[in-house]
Amino acid sequence: MEGMFYNITGGYVEGIVRGYRNTLLTSQNYGNLTQCETIDDVKLQLGPAYGDFLASLPPNPSTSSLADKTLDKLVAEFRYVQANATGSLSKFMDYLTYAYMIDNVALLITGTLHERDTRELLERCHPLGWFETMPVLCVATNIEELYNSVLIETPLAPYFKGSLSHQDLDELNIEIVRNTLYKNYLEDFHRFVNEEPGIKGTPTQEVMSEALEFEADRRSINITLNSFGTELTKQDRRKLYPNFGRLHPEGTLMLSRAEDAEGVRIAVDGVSDYRDMMDRTGMSGGGGGIGNQSGGMGGDTEGKSLEDLFYAREMQIAKMSFTFQFTHAIVYAWVKLREQEVRNITWIAECIAQNQKDRIGNYISVF
Amino acid sequence: MGQVGAFIESISPYAWASTGIGLCIGLSVVGAAWGIFITGTSILGGGVKAPRIRTKNLLSIVFCEVVAIYGVITSIILSSKISHLDNDALHSGNNYFTGFAIFWSGVLVGMCNLVCGISVGINGSSAALADAADPSLFVKILIIEIFSSVLGLFGLIIGLLLSGQAGDFEGIS
Repeated sequence: MEGMFYNITGGYVEGIVRGYRNTLLTSQNYGNLTQCETIDDVKLQLGPAYGDFLASLPPNPSTSSLADKTLDKLVAEFRYVQANATGSLSKFMDYLTYAYMIDNVALLITGTLHERDTRELLERCHPLGWFETMPVLCVATNIEELYNSVLIETPLAPYFKGSLSHQDLDELNIEIVRNTLYKNYLEDFHRFVNEEPGIKGTPTQEVMSEALEFEADRRSINITLNSFGTELTKQDRRKLYPNFGRLHPEGTLMLSRAEDAEGVRIAVDGVSDYRDMMDRTGMSGGGGGIGNQSGGMGGDTEGKSLEDLFYAREMQIAKMSFTFQFTHAIVYAWVKLREQEVRNITWIAECIAQNQKDRIGNYISVF
Repeated sequence: MGQVGAFIESISPYAWASTGIGLCIGLSVVGAAWGIFITGTSILGGGVKAPRIRTKNLLSIVFCEVVAIYGVITSIILSSKISHLDNDALHSGNNYFTGFAIFWSGVLVGMCNLVCGISVGINGSSAALADAADPSLFVKILIIEIFSSVLGLFGLIIGLLLSGQAGDFEGIS
Protein backbone atom coordinates (compact mmCIF):
# COMPACT_ATOMS: atom_id res chain seq x y z
CA MET A 1 0.00 0.00 0.00
CA GLU A 2 2.85 2.38 0.78
CA GLY A 3 3.76 2.36 -2.92
CA MET A 4 0.47 4.06 -3.75
CA PHE A 5 0.82 6.99 -1.40
CA TYR A 6 4.43 7.38 -0.30
CA ASN A 7 5.56 9.35 -3.33
CA ILE A 8 3.01 12.09 -2.69
CA THR A 9 5.24 13.44 0.05
CA GLY A 10 8.44 11.45 -0.11
CA GLY A 11 9.14 10.54 -3.74
CA TYR A 12 11.44 13.41 -4.56
CA VAL A 13 13.39 13.16 -1.32
CA GLU A 14 13.81 9.42 -1.75
CA GLY A 15 15.24 9.92 -5.24
CA ILE A 16 17.68 12.53 -3.95
CA VAL A 17 18.84 10.42 -1.03
CA ARG A 18 19.36 7.42 -3.29
CA GLY A 19 21.39 9.70 -5.54
CA TYR A 20 23.56 10.65 -2.57
CA ARG A 21 23.98 7.03 -1.66
CA ASN A 22 25.22 6.25 -5.17
CA THR A 23 28.03 8.77 -4.76
CA LEU A 24 29.38 7.10 -1.60
CA LEU A 25 32.94 5.87 -1.88
CA THR A 26 33.32 2.27 -3.04
CA SER A 27 35.95 -0.24 -2.00
CA GLN A 28 37.87 0.69 -5.14
CA ASN A 29 37.97 4.34 -4.05
CA TYR A 30 39.22 3.26 -0.64
CA GLY A 31 41.82 1.10 -2.33
CA ASN A 32 43.10 4.18 -4.16
CA LEU A 33 43.02 6.24 -0.98
CA THR A 34 45.18 3.78 0.91
CA GLN A 35 47.82 4.07 -1.83
CA CYS A 36 48.21 7.80 -1.14
CA GLU A 37 51.50 9.10 0.22
CA THR A 38 50.40 12.53 1.47
CA ILE A 39 47.21 14.25 2.60
CA ASP A 40 47.30 16.22 -0.65
CA ASP A 41 47.00 12.96 -2.56
CA VAL A 42 44.03 12.02 -0.39
CA LYS A 43 42.46 15.37 -1.17
CA LEU A 44 43.04 14.79 -4.86
CA GLN A 45 41.50 11.31 -4.71
CA LEU A 46 38.45 12.68 -2.92
CA GLY A 47 38.06 15.37 -5.59
CA PRO A 48 35.33 13.70 -7.67
CA ALA A 49 33.20 12.87 -4.63
CA TYR A 50 33.67 16.00 -2.55
CA GLY A 51 34.60 18.63 -5.15
CA ASP A 52 33.91 22.14 -3.96
CA PHE A 53 33.93 21.32 -0.30
CA LEU A 54 37.64 20.51 -0.33
CA ALA A 55 38.58 23.37 -2.65
CA SER A 56 39.02 25.90 0.15
CA LEU A 57 41.49 23.69 2.03
CA PRO A 58 45.11 24.90 2.10
CA PRO A 59 47.82 22.62 0.67
CA ASN A 60 48.63 19.74 3.00
CA PRO A 61 45.69 20.35 5.34
CA SER A 62 45.46 18.84 8.78
CA THR A 63 43.40 15.69 9.07
CA SER A 64 40.89 17.41 11.34
CA SER A 65 40.18 20.17 8.83
CA LEU A 66 39.83 17.54 6.12
CA ALA A 67 37.35 15.68 8.32
CA ASP A 68 35.46 18.91 9.03
CA LYS A 69 35.09 19.61 5.33
CA THR A 70 33.85 16.11 4.57
CA LEU A 71 31.37 16.49 7.41
CA ASP A 72 30.29 19.85 5.99
CA LYS A 73 29.16 18.10 2.83
CA LEU A 74 26.99 15.71 4.82
CA VAL A 75 25.50 18.63 6.73
CA ALA A 76 24.80 20.62 3.56
CA GLU A 77 23.08 17.65 1.95
CA PHE A 78 21.16 16.84 5.12
CA ARG A 79 19.90 20.41 5.37
CA TYR A 80 18.80 20.32 1.74
CA VAL A 81 16.88 17.09 2.25
CA GLN A 82 15.41 18.43 5.48
CA ALA A 83 14.21 21.55 3.67
CA ASN A 84 12.40 19.35 1.16
CA ALA A 85 10.89 16.98 3.71
CA THR A 86 7.27 17.28 4.72
CA GLY A 87 4.87 15.48 7.02
CA SER A 88 6.14 12.47 8.92
CA LEU A 89 9.47 12.56 7.04
CA SER A 90 10.15 16.03 8.39
CA LYS A 91 9.48 14.82 11.94
CA PHE A 92 11.58 11.74 11.26
CA MET A 93 14.54 13.90 10.25
CA ASP A 94 14.08 16.01 13.36
CA TYR A 95 14.45 12.84 15.37
CA LEU A 96 17.72 12.11 13.56
CA THR A 97 19.13 15.45 14.70
CA TYR A 98 18.16 14.90 18.34
CA ALA A 99 20.98 12.38 18.78
CA TYR A 100 23.53 15.06 17.88
CA MET A 101 21.74 17.62 20.02
CA ILE A 102 22.20 15.36 23.03
CA ASP A 103 25.94 15.33 22.42
CA ASN A 104 25.99 19.10 22.03
CA VAL A 105 23.95 19.72 25.16
CA ALA A 106 26.19 17.32 27.09
CA LEU A 107 29.20 19.27 25.84
CA LEU A 108 27.68 22.57 26.95
CA ILE A 109 26.80 21.12 30.35
CA THR A 110 30.40 19.99 30.80
CA GLY A 111 31.56 23.46 29.83
CA THR A 112 29.24 25.13 32.30
CA LEU A 113 30.21 22.73 35.08
CA HIS A 114 33.85 23.62 34.58
CA GLU A 115 32.93 27.29 34.24
CA ARG A 116 34.43 27.62 30.83
CA ASP A 117 33.30 30.17 28.29
CA THR A 118 30.67 28.11 26.54
CA ARG A 119 30.67 30.35 23.49
CA GLU A 120 33.95 28.78 22.47
CA LEU A 121 32.34 25.39 22.78
CA LEU A 122 29.67 26.27 20.24
CA GLU A 123 32.20 25.86 17.46
CA ARG A 124 33.01 22.37 18.63
CA CYS A 125 29.37 21.27 18.58
CA HIS A 126 28.24 18.84 15.93
CA PRO A 127 26.62 20.91 13.15
CA LEU A 128 23.78 18.41 12.67
CA GLY A 129 22.79 18.91 16.28
CA TRP A 130 22.61 22.67 15.96
CA PHE A 131 19.35 24.26 17.01
CA GLU A 132 18.39 27.89 16.89
CA THR A 133 18.22 28.44 20.61
CA MET A 134 21.58 26.84 21.31
CA PRO A 135 23.41 30.18 21.80
CA VAL A 136 20.87 30.92 24.53
CA LEU A 137 22.27 28.01 26.54
CA CYS A 138 25.59 29.80 26.67
CA VAL A 139 24.10 32.68 28.58
CA ALA A 140 23.66 30.43 31.59
CA THR A 141 26.43 30.91 34.11
CA ASN A 142 25.50 28.19 36.57
CA ILE A 143 24.04 24.76 36.21
CA GLU A 144 20.57 25.60 37.49
CA GLU A 145 20.09 28.34 34.92
CA LEU A 146 21.34 26.02 32.23
CA TYR A 147 18.95 23.32 33.35
CA ASN A 148 16.02 25.71 33.23
CA SER A 149 16.91 26.98 29.79
CA VAL A 150 17.46 23.43 28.51
CA LEU A 151 13.99 22.51 29.65
CA ILE A 152 12.40 25.49 28.00
CA GLU A 153 14.50 26.15 24.95
CA THR A 154 15.48 22.84 23.42
CA PRO A 155 13.58 20.06 21.70
CA LEU A 156 15.24 17.74 24.22
CA ALA A 157 13.09 18.96 27.10
CA PRO A 158 10.94 15.79 27.21
CA TYR A 159 14.07 13.70 27.66
CA PHE A 160 15.17 15.71 30.68
CA LYS A 161 11.76 15.89 32.23
CA GLY A 162 11.11 13.22 34.81
CA SER A 163 14.55 11.60 34.50
CA LEU A 164 17.02 14.27 35.43
CA SER A 165 16.74 17.19 37.83
CA HIS A 166 19.22 20.03 38.04
CA GLN A 167 20.85 18.40 41.07
CA ASP A 168 21.65 15.41 38.91
CA LEU A 169 23.71 17.58 36.61
CA ASP A 170 25.88 18.51 39.55
CA GLU A 171 26.45 15.14 41.07
CA LEU A 172 26.40 12.72 38.21
CA ASN A 173 29.09 11.93 35.81
CA ILE A 174 28.31 13.65 32.51
CA GLU A 175 28.39 10.31 30.71
CA ILE A 176 25.44 9.15 32.81
CA VAL A 177 23.49 12.27 31.89
CA ARG A 178 24.29 11.70 28.26
CA ASN A 179 23.31 8.05 28.40
CA THR A 180 20.08 8.76 30.26
CA LEU A 181 19.14 11.32 27.63
CA TYR A 182 20.08 8.92 24.87
CA LYS A 183 18.02 6.14 26.41
CA ASN A 184 14.99 8.43 26.58
CA TYR A 185 15.65 9.57 23.04
CA LEU A 186 15.92 6.03 21.67
CA GLU A 187 12.74 4.98 23.41
CA ASP A 188 10.93 8.03 22.07
CA PHE A 189 12.24 7.42 18.55
CA HIS A 190 11.22 3.76 18.76
CA ARG A 191 7.76 4.78 19.91
CA PHE A 192 7.61 7.29 17.06
CA VAL A 193 8.39 4.78 14.29
CA ASN A 194 5.95 2.27 15.78
CA GLU A 195 3.04 4.58 16.51
CA GLU A 196 3.15 7.57 14.17
CA PRO A 197 0.14 7.21 11.84
CA GLY A 198 2.12 7.97 8.68
CA ILE A 199 4.76 5.37 9.52
CA LYS A 200 2.96 2.58 11.31
CA GLY A 201 2.53 -0.51 9.16
CA THR A 202 4.98 0.64 6.47
CA PRO A 203 8.48 -0.68 5.71
CA THR A 204 9.76 2.31 7.68
CA GLN A 205 8.47 0.73 10.86
CA GLU A 206 10.03 -2.59 9.98
CA VAL A 207 13.46 -1.30 9.01
CA MET A 208 13.74 1.40 11.65
CA SER A 209 12.67 -0.95 14.43
CA GLU A 210 15.52 -3.26 13.53
CA ALA A 211 18.01 -0.41 13.33
CA LEU A 212 16.91 1.13 16.61
CA GLU A 213 16.82 -2.20 18.39
CA PHE A 214 20.38 -2.79 17.32
CA GLU A 215 21.31 0.70 18.48
CA ALA A 216 19.68 0.04 21.87
CA ASP A 217 21.46 -3.29 22.29
CA ARG A 218 24.76 -1.78 21.27
CA ARG A 219 24.39 0.93 23.88
CA SER A 220 23.40 -1.54 26.57
CA ILE A 221 26.44 -3.70 25.87
CA ASN A 222 28.80 -0.73 25.66
CA ILE A 223 27.50 0.80 28.86
CA THR A 224 27.99 -2.49 30.66
CA LEU A 225 31.51 -3.04 29.34
CA ASN A 226 32.57 0.53 30.06
CA SER A 227 31.14 0.44 33.57
CA PHE A 228 33.45 -2.30 34.83
CA GLY A 229 35.91 -0.85 37.27
CA THR A 230 33.94 2.37 37.76
CA GLU A 231 31.75 3.53 40.63
CA LEU A 232 28.53 3.00 38.70
CA THR A 233 26.27 0.73 40.74
CA LYS A 234 24.31 -2.06 39.11
CA GLN A 235 20.97 -0.40 39.82
CA ASP A 236 22.10 2.84 38.21
CA ARG A 237 23.51 0.94 35.30
CA ARG A 238 20.24 -0.83 34.73
CA LYS A 239 18.44 2.49 34.50
CA LEU A 240 20.54 3.39 31.47
CA TYR A 241 19.44 0.43 29.36
CA PRO A 242 16.75 1.30 26.79
CA ASN A 243 13.51 -0.55 27.41
CA PHE A 244 13.33 -2.30 24.05
CA GLY A 245 15.63 -4.17 21.71
CA ARG A 246 16.49 -7.77 21.04
CA LEU A 247 18.19 -8.14 24.39
CA HIS A 248 15.21 -6.73 26.26
CA PRO A 249 14.08 -7.88 28.79
CA GLU A 250 16.04 -11.06 29.65
CA GLY A 251 19.32 -9.96 28.11
CA THR A 252 19.32 -6.54 29.75
CA LEU A 253 18.45 -8.10 33.10
CA MET A 254 21.43 -10.40 32.78
CA LEU A 255 23.58 -7.51 31.57
CA SER A 256 22.65 -5.56 34.66
CA ARG A 257 23.99 -8.40 36.79
CA ALA A 258 27.15 -8.95 34.75
CA GLU A 259 30.38 -8.44 36.63
CA ASP A 260 32.91 -8.94 33.86
CA ALA A 261 33.21 -9.49 30.11
CA GLU A 262 32.33 -13.14 30.58
CA GLY A 263 29.05 -12.11 32.20
CA VAL A 264 28.28 -9.91 29.19
CA ARG A 265 28.99 -12.80 26.88
CA ILE A 266 26.54 -15.01 28.76
CA ALA A 267 23.94 -12.22 28.73
CA VAL A 268 24.02 -11.85 24.96
CA ASP A 269 24.12 -15.59 24.39
CA GLY A 270 20.47 -15.65 23.33
CA VAL A 271 21.08 -13.46 20.28
CA SER A 272 23.34 -15.24 17.84
CA ASP A 273 24.55 -12.06 16.09
CA TYR A 274 25.97 -10.59 19.27
CA ARG A 275 27.29 -13.94 20.42
CA ASP A 276 29.27 -14.25 17.19
CA MET A 277 30.66 -10.75 17.65
CA MET A 278 31.78 -11.53 21.18
CA ASP A 279 33.39 -14.74 20.00
CA ARG A 280 35.21 -13.00 17.18
CA THR A 281 36.71 -10.38 19.46
CA GLY A 282 37.85 -13.03 21.90
CA MET A 283 35.87 -11.30 24.63
CA SER A 284 35.09 -14.57 26.29
CA GLY A 285 38.77 -14.97 27.04
CA GLY A 286 38.60 -11.65 28.84
CA GLY A 287 41.30 -10.11 26.67
CA GLY A 288 40.09 -7.98 23.79
CA GLY A 289 39.82 -4.23 24.00
CA ILE A 290 36.71 -2.21 23.51
CA GLY A 291 37.10 0.74 21.21
CA ASN A 292 36.52 4.14 22.71
CA GLN A 293 33.03 5.43 22.16
CA SER A 294 33.84 8.61 20.35
CA GLY A 295 36.86 7.87 18.23
CA GLY A 296 35.53 4.79 16.62
CA MET A 297 38.44 2.88 15.26
CA GLY A 298 39.90 0.68 17.91
CA GLY A 299 43.32 -0.43 16.91
CA ASP A 300 43.83 -3.94 18.22
CA THR A 301 46.67 -5.56 16.44
CA GLU A 302 45.29 -9.08 16.78
CA GLY A 303 41.91 -8.37 15.20
CA LYS A 304 38.87 -6.19 15.11
CA SER A 305 37.53 -4.63 18.27
CA LEU A 306 33.94 -5.07 19.36
CA GLU A 307 33.32 -1.45 18.41
CA ASP A 308 34.48 -2.15 14.86
CA LEU A 309 32.18 -5.16 14.62
CA PHE A 310 29.27 -3.05 15.85
CA TYR A 311 30.04 -0.45 13.22
CA ALA A 312 30.26 -3.16 10.58
CA ARG A 313 26.89 -4.54 11.66
CA GLU A 314 25.38 -1.06 11.64
CA MET A 315 26.64 -0.56 8.10
CA GLN A 316 25.16 -3.92 7.12
CA ILE A 317 21.75 -2.80 8.42
CA ALA A 318 22.10 0.54 6.64
CA LYS A 319 23.06 -1.15 3.39
CA MET A 320 20.11 -3.52 3.56
CA SER A 321 17.72 -0.60 4.18
CA PHE A 322 18.29 0.42 0.59
CA THR A 323 16.66 -2.78 -0.61
CA PHE A 324 13.36 -1.26 0.56
CA GLN A 325 11.59 1.38 -1.42
CA PHE A 326 9.04 3.94 -0.21
CA THR A 327 10.51 4.30 3.25
CA HIS A 328 12.03 7.02 5.43
CA ALA A 329 14.58 4.54 6.72
CA ILE A 330 16.92 5.21 3.79
CA VAL A 331 17.50 8.73 5.09
CA TYR A 332 18.66 7.27 8.40
CA ALA A 333 20.75 4.68 6.57
CA TRP A 334 22.33 7.29 4.33
CA VAL A 335 23.33 9.50 7.27
CA LYS A 336 24.90 6.49 9.00
CA LEU A 337 26.75 5.47 5.85
CA ARG A 338 28.07 8.96 5.33
CA GLU A 339 29.20 9.20 8.93
CA GLN A 340 31.09 5.96 8.49
CA GLU A 341 32.63 7.35 5.31
CA VAL A 342 33.83 10.43 7.20
CA ARG A 343 35.28 8.15 9.88
CA ASN A 344 36.99 6.06 7.21
CA ILE A 345 38.52 9.09 5.51
CA THR A 346 39.70 10.43 8.86
CA TRP A 347 41.23 7.08 9.75
CA ILE A 348 43.03 6.77 6.43
CA ALA A 349 44.24 10.37 6.58
CA GLU A 350 45.46 9.90 10.16
CA CYS A 351 47.31 6.74 9.21
CA ILE A 352 49.03 8.55 6.35
CA ALA A 353 49.82 11.62 8.45
CA GLN A 354 51.30 9.53 11.26
CA ASN A 355 53.05 7.05 8.99
CA GLN A 356 51.15 4.08 10.40
CA LYS A 357 50.56 2.43 7.05
CA ASP A 358 50.32 -1.07 8.48
CA ARG A 359 46.99 -0.22 10.14
CA ILE A 360 45.52 1.70 7.22
CA GLY A 361 43.32 -1.23 6.21
CA ASN A 362 41.20 -0.91 9.33
CA TYR A 363 38.45 1.09 7.67
CA ILE A 364 34.97 -0.33 7.00
CA SER A 365 34.11 -0.33 3.33
CA VAL A 366 30.44 -0.94 2.62
CA PHE A 367 29.99 -0.85 -1.13
CA MET B 1 -36.02 -8.93 -4.82
CA GLY B 2 -38.74 -7.96 -7.16
CA GLN B 3 -38.50 -4.41 -5.96
CA VAL B 4 -34.79 -4.28 -6.77
CA GLY B 5 -35.49 -5.60 -10.25
CA ALA B 6 -38.22 -3.06 -10.75
CA PHE B 7 -35.93 -0.29 -9.55
CA ILE B 8 -33.18 -1.28 -11.96
CA GLU B 9 -35.66 -1.45 -14.80
CA SER B 10 -36.99 1.97 -13.95
CA ILE B 11 -33.57 3.48 -14.56
CA SER B 12 -33.21 4.73 -18.11
CA PRO B 13 -30.75 2.73 -20.27
CA TYR B 14 -29.22 6.09 -21.15
CA ALA B 15 -28.30 6.55 -17.48
CA TRP B 16 -26.59 3.15 -17.45
CA ALA B 17 -24.71 3.84 -20.66
CA SER B 18 -23.59 7.35 -19.75
CA THR B 19 -22.47 6.34 -16.25
CA GLY B 20 -20.48 3.47 -17.77
CA ILE B 21 -18.73 5.74 -20.23
CA GLY B 22 -18.00 8.28 -17.52
CA LEU B 23 -16.52 5.66 -15.19
CA CYS B 24 -14.49 4.21 -18.04
CA ILE B 25 -12.66 7.41 -18.92
CA GLY B 26 -12.68 8.73 -15.36
CA LEU B 27 -11.12 5.71 -13.68
CA SER B 28 -8.62 5.31 -16.53
CA VAL B 29 -7.44 8.88 -16.13
CA VAL B 30 -7.19 8.49 -12.36
CA GLY B 31 -5.05 5.38 -12.91
CA ALA B 32 -2.81 7.11 -15.42
CA ALA B 33 -2.43 10.21 -13.30
CA TRP B 34 -1.67 8.14 -10.21
CA GLY B 35 1.02 6.22 -12.07
CA ILE B 36 2.54 9.37 -13.47
CA PHE B 37 2.93 11.06 -10.13
CA ILE B 38 4.44 7.97 -8.54
CA THR B 39 6.93 7.64 -11.39
CA GLY B 40 7.41 11.34 -11.94
CA THR B 41 8.49 12.20 -8.41
CA SER B 42 11.04 9.40 -8.45
CA ILE B 43 12.41 10.48 -11.82
CA LEU B 44 12.72 14.04 -10.55
CA GLY B 45 14.50 12.97 -7.38
CA GLY B 46 16.71 10.40 -9.05
CA GLY B 47 17.49 12.78 -11.91
CA VAL B 48 19.14 15.31 -9.61
CA LYS B 49 22.25 13.17 -9.12
CA ALA B 50 21.96 11.14 -12.34
CA PRO B 51 20.58 13.42 -15.08
CA ARG B 52 21.05 10.70 -17.72
CA ILE B 53 17.93 8.86 -16.46
CA ARG B 54 15.49 11.58 -17.38
CA THR B 55 15.06 10.85 -21.10
CA LYS B 56 15.08 7.07 -20.88
CA ASN B 57 12.56 7.04 -18.05
CA LEU B 58 10.05 9.10 -19.97
CA LEU B 59 9.16 5.67 -21.32
CA SER B 60 7.61 4.85 -17.94
CA ILE B 61 5.52 7.99 -18.15
CA VAL B 62 4.41 6.96 -21.65
CA PHE B 63 3.38 3.55 -20.31
CA CYS B 64 1.19 5.30 -17.74
CA GLU B 65 -0.23 7.60 -20.37
CA VAL B 66 -1.13 4.62 -22.57
CA VAL B 67 -3.48 3.50 -19.81
CA ALA B 68 -5.48 6.69 -20.22
CA ILE B 69 -5.51 6.19 -23.98
CA TYR B 70 -7.06 2.73 -23.51
CA GLY B 71 -9.82 4.46 -21.58
CA VAL B 72 -10.32 7.06 -24.28
CA ILE B 73 -10.51 4.44 -27.03
CA THR B 74 -13.06 2.36 -25.14
CA SER B 75 -15.12 5.43 -24.26
CA ILE B 76 -15.27 6.55 -27.88
CA ILE B 77 -16.38 3.12 -29.04
CA LEU B 78 -18.97 2.89 -26.28
CA SER B 79 -20.35 6.36 -26.86
CA SER B 80 -20.81 5.68 -30.58
CA LYS B 81 -23.63 3.29 -29.63
CA ILE B 82 -25.73 6.05 -28.14
CA SER B 83 -28.30 7.83 -30.25
CA HIS B 84 -31.42 9.72 -29.29
CA LEU B 85 -34.75 7.82 -28.98
CA ASP B 86 -38.21 8.80 -27.76
CA ASN B 87 -39.17 7.59 -24.31
CA ASP B 88 -41.63 4.95 -25.55
CA ALA B 89 -39.16 3.35 -27.95
CA LEU B 90 -36.35 3.34 -25.38
CA HIS B 91 -37.65 0.68 -22.96
CA SER B 92 -37.10 -2.39 -25.07
CA GLY B 93 -35.15 -5.54 -24.23
CA ASN B 94 -32.45 -4.74 -26.73
CA ASN B 95 -31.91 -1.27 -25.36
CA TYR B 96 -31.71 -2.53 -21.78
CA PHE B 97 -29.07 -5.00 -22.88
CA THR B 98 -27.09 -2.26 -24.62
CA GLY B 99 -27.32 -0.02 -21.55
CA PHE B 100 -26.12 -2.73 -19.16
CA ALA B 101 -23.37 -3.89 -21.51
CA ILE B 102 -22.01 -0.37 -21.89
CA PHE B 103 -22.18 0.22 -18.14
CA TRP B 104 -20.29 -2.90 -17.20
CA SER B 105 -17.77 -2.53 -20.05
CA GLY B 106 -17.03 0.91 -18.72
CA VAL B 107 -16.62 -0.30 -15.13
CA LEU B 108 -14.47 -3.22 -16.30
CA VAL B 109 -12.12 -1.11 -18.42
CA GLY B 110 -11.98 1.67 -15.85
CA MET B 111 -11.07 -0.58 -12.92
CA CYS B 112 -8.52 -2.53 -14.99
CA ASN B 113 -6.88 0.69 -16.04
CA LEU B 114 -6.89 2.15 -12.55
CA VAL B 115 -5.05 -0.84 -11.12
CA CYS B 116 -2.80 -1.10 -14.16
CA GLY B 117 -1.85 2.57 -13.89
CA ILE B 118 -0.82 2.20 -10.24
CA SER B 119 1.11 -0.96 -11.03
CA VAL B 120 2.99 0.65 -13.91
CA GLY B 121 3.62 3.71 -11.78
CA ILE B 122 5.23 1.79 -8.92
CA ASN B 123 7.29 -0.25 -11.40
CA GLY B 124 8.32 2.91 -13.20
CA SER B 125 9.38 4.52 -9.95
CA SER B 126 11.56 1.53 -9.11
CA ALA B 127 12.90 1.52 -12.66
CA ALA B 128 13.98 5.15 -12.40
CA LEU B 129 15.75 4.65 -9.07
CA ALA B 130 17.36 1.41 -10.23
CA ASP B 131 18.52 3.04 -13.45
CA ALA B 132 20.06 5.87 -11.47
CA ALA B 133 22.00 3.35 -9.38
CA ASP B 134 23.01 0.96 -12.17
CA PRO B 135 22.20 1.64 -15.85
CA SER B 136 22.31 -2.07 -16.76
CA LEU B 137 19.18 -2.69 -14.68
CA PHE B 138 16.94 -0.43 -16.75
CA VAL B 139 16.10 -2.90 -19.51
CA LYS B 140 15.45 -5.71 -17.02
CA ILE B 141 12.99 -3.70 -15.01
CA LEU B 142 11.41 -2.35 -18.17
CA ILE B 143 10.40 -5.88 -19.11
CA ILE B 144 8.55 -6.25 -15.82
CA GLU B 145 6.97 -2.87 -16.42
CA ILE B 146 5.70 -4.07 -19.79
CA PHE B 147 4.00 -6.98 -18.07
CA SER B 148 2.18 -4.50 -15.81
CA SER B 149 1.26 -2.41 -18.79
CA VAL B 150 -0.29 -5.41 -20.56
CA LEU B 151 -2.80 -5.80 -17.71
CA GLY B 152 -4.63 -2.74 -18.97
CA LEU B 153 -4.72 -4.18 -22.45
CA PHE B 154 -6.57 -7.24 -21.10
CA GLY B 155 -9.25 -4.94 -19.74
CA LEU B 156 -9.52 -3.13 -23.06
CA ILE B 157 -9.95 -6.39 -25.01
CA ILE B 158 -12.62 -7.84 -22.73
CA GLY B 159 -14.41 -4.51 -22.55
CA LEU B 160 -14.59 -4.32 -26.32
CA LEU B 161 -15.78 -7.93 -26.58
CA LEU B 162 -18.50 -7.35 -24.00
CA SER B 163 -19.81 -4.17 -25.56
CA GLY B 164 -19.42 -5.66 -29.05
CA GLN B 165 -22.27 -8.04 -28.24
CA ALA B 166 -24.63 -5.11 -27.83
CA GLY B 167 -26.14 -3.24 -30.75
CA ASP B 168 -26.80 0.49 -30.96
CA PHE B 169 -29.77 2.02 -29.21
CA GLU B 170 -32.65 1.64 -31.69
CA GLY B 171 -36.41 2.00 -31.83
CA ILE B 172 -38.78 -0.92 -32.53
CA SER B 173 -38.94 -1.29 -36.27
